[in-house]
Amino acid sequence: MYELIINFLEGPVPMEAYLIVSSIMFFAGIYGFIARKNLMMMLISIELMLNAADLNFAVFNRYLYPEQPEGMFFTLFGIAIAACETAVAIAIIINIYRNLQDVDVEELNQLKG
Amino acid sequence: MDYTNFFLMKEELSLIGVMLILLVYDIFSGEKGKRHFQTLALGLLGLHTAVNCLPREAFDAFGGMYSYKPVMTAVKTILSAATIIVLMQVNNWLKDEERRNKQGEYIYLTLSTLLGMYFMISSGNFLLFVIGLEMASIPMAALVAFDKYRQTSAEAAAKYIFSAAFASAISLFGISLIYGSTGTLYFDDLAGSITGSPLQVMAFVFFAAGLFFKISLVPFHLWTADVYEGAPTTVTAYLSVVSKGAAVFVLFSLLTKVFGALMEEWQFILYALVLLSITVGNLFALRQKNMKRFLAFSSISQAGYIVLAVLAGTPQGLTALIYYVLVYACSNLAVFGVVSIIEQRSGKTDIADYNGLYKTNPRLSVAMMLALFSLGGIPFFAGFFSKFFVFMAAAEQGFYVLIFIALLNTVISLYYYLIVVKAMFVKDNERPIETIRSDRPAQIALALCMFGVLCLGILSVVYEGIGQLAL
Repeated sequence: MYELIINFLEGPVPMEAYLIVSSIMFFAGIYGFIARKNLMMMLISIELMLNAADLNFAVFNRYLYPEQPEGMFFTLFGIAIAACETAVAIAIIINIYRNLQDVDVEELNQLKG
Repeated sequence: MDYTNFFLMKEELSLIGVMLILLVYDIFSGEKGKRHFQTLALGLLGLHTAVNCLPREAFDAFGGMYSYKPVMTAVKTILSAATIIVLMQVNNWLKDEERRNKQGEYIYLTLSTLLGMYFMISSGNFLLFVIGLEMASIPMAALVAFDKYRQTSAEAAAKYIFSAAFASAISLFGISLIYGSTGTLYFDDLAGSITGSPLQVMAFVFFAAGLFFKISLVPFHLWTADVYEGAPTTVTAYLSVVSKGAAVFVLFSLLTKVFGALMEEWQFILYALVLLSITVGNLFALRQKNMKRFLAFSSISQAGYIVLAVLAGTPQGLTALIYYVLVYACSNLAVFGVVSIIEQRSGKTDIADYNGLYKTNPRLSVAMMLALFSLGGIPFFAGFFSKFFVFMAAAEQGFYVLIFIALLNTVISLYYYLIVVKAMFVKDNERPIETIRSDRPAQIALALCMFGVLCLGILSVVYEGIGQLAL
């Protein structure tokens, strides 16, 4: 047990450690998206999920397939796409705030049936 | 790097050209030139469709990043033709006082979603696929929010962008797992390296959720009704036809090409989704009072029928799928055309408002009736043949029970389509919608759709032509 901890602390970080972090980020994002009531917090949760995917790409590329930077490219594009998505989502949230003076999801209740 | 590869992407380049010309025209034309903006847009888009409607030899460009097959020309032509029809319907709505200065935005946003779908269709790598998917869905959110001062429009847009971003995040996570287990993102290489390990099955399920969301199959359909109701009607038409058609085609090519090794798994998943979509879509459509919500649930159940063709997974299934999308585009755009004309002139969208429509607007009611018959699949309208081909393709693979349930559901769907027909022709109304004179482009669009609804089933050359490309 003691040796395992020493190895973990002094040796290179194993790939699994990164994957555990990214999985926790991903499922925390899903939880946040479902549980939060504020539109901005929901957006942050989605960001967390997208970043988990990007982290996965970078880690897989670095540890498993280092000969070609395919995963790194995907990460870069993923970040750009996430930025676009956030920009449009924030514009829509601002529009809602102007109409309702609030960004609570429970206020979005005009469409139902 | 070989830059001549760019010239191989003819469809995309010409669409980008159309967008640039319109952008420059919109900036530099004065108040007077703005009046001809839509005519120019329609003309250029028509030219673009006509130039690119002939299929070419299959090829790969950029080392397999972009791959072209002749059948893609058929899909792209159908999508651009449907976009032209939507833009014809939008003509009058965009000339309003409030929107006159924003007609440029509407058209670029529409065309950039179309461009995203083009990339998505021709992608040979998951990177290009994801970029296409996002390019098709982010501007769509802006289009849904187009009526800036109407709260329902903003609400629909928020629901759309949040569900779309959530779905695409799940999808990206799935793609990252696929990359982790195979080490490549090119579709050609993936086909050989996917073996069906549990990790890959999980990755596939995560990835497919994003596409199922776009097609709005049942467990992923919760955004559909709200977004369809809140969005401007023409955007709803675009969303229900063009966006769905592109996603279904991509689903077919990905499942058969990349995930061929997981066939048992995806057939099981699609089986359940088709069953749920057709049934739940129909049952919820029965109890709708609002025309746009009603059409949303009807489109969910229609998506179930289209995915039945994906389930078959044969070239015949692909032919049936493209043919179904074509016929569905004609019928659904005709219905949305009538709904949007009526909404623009009288502001009414409830089914009860359509009572007695035949007395005041006979032509619109007849057009709507024919389109609804086609959607319901009554013989000799195009919708009958498209459903027939889909069932035939699925029957060859032995999905008899599912086809039987789908057939039962056609009867239910006929019931609710006839409710609308009954409202228009039989029911009386003290204050019916007054007689409407629709504008010329909307009339032409409706006439084109009617031509499709009446003739596509009888002209067997259409189905055969698609079949030859799909082989």
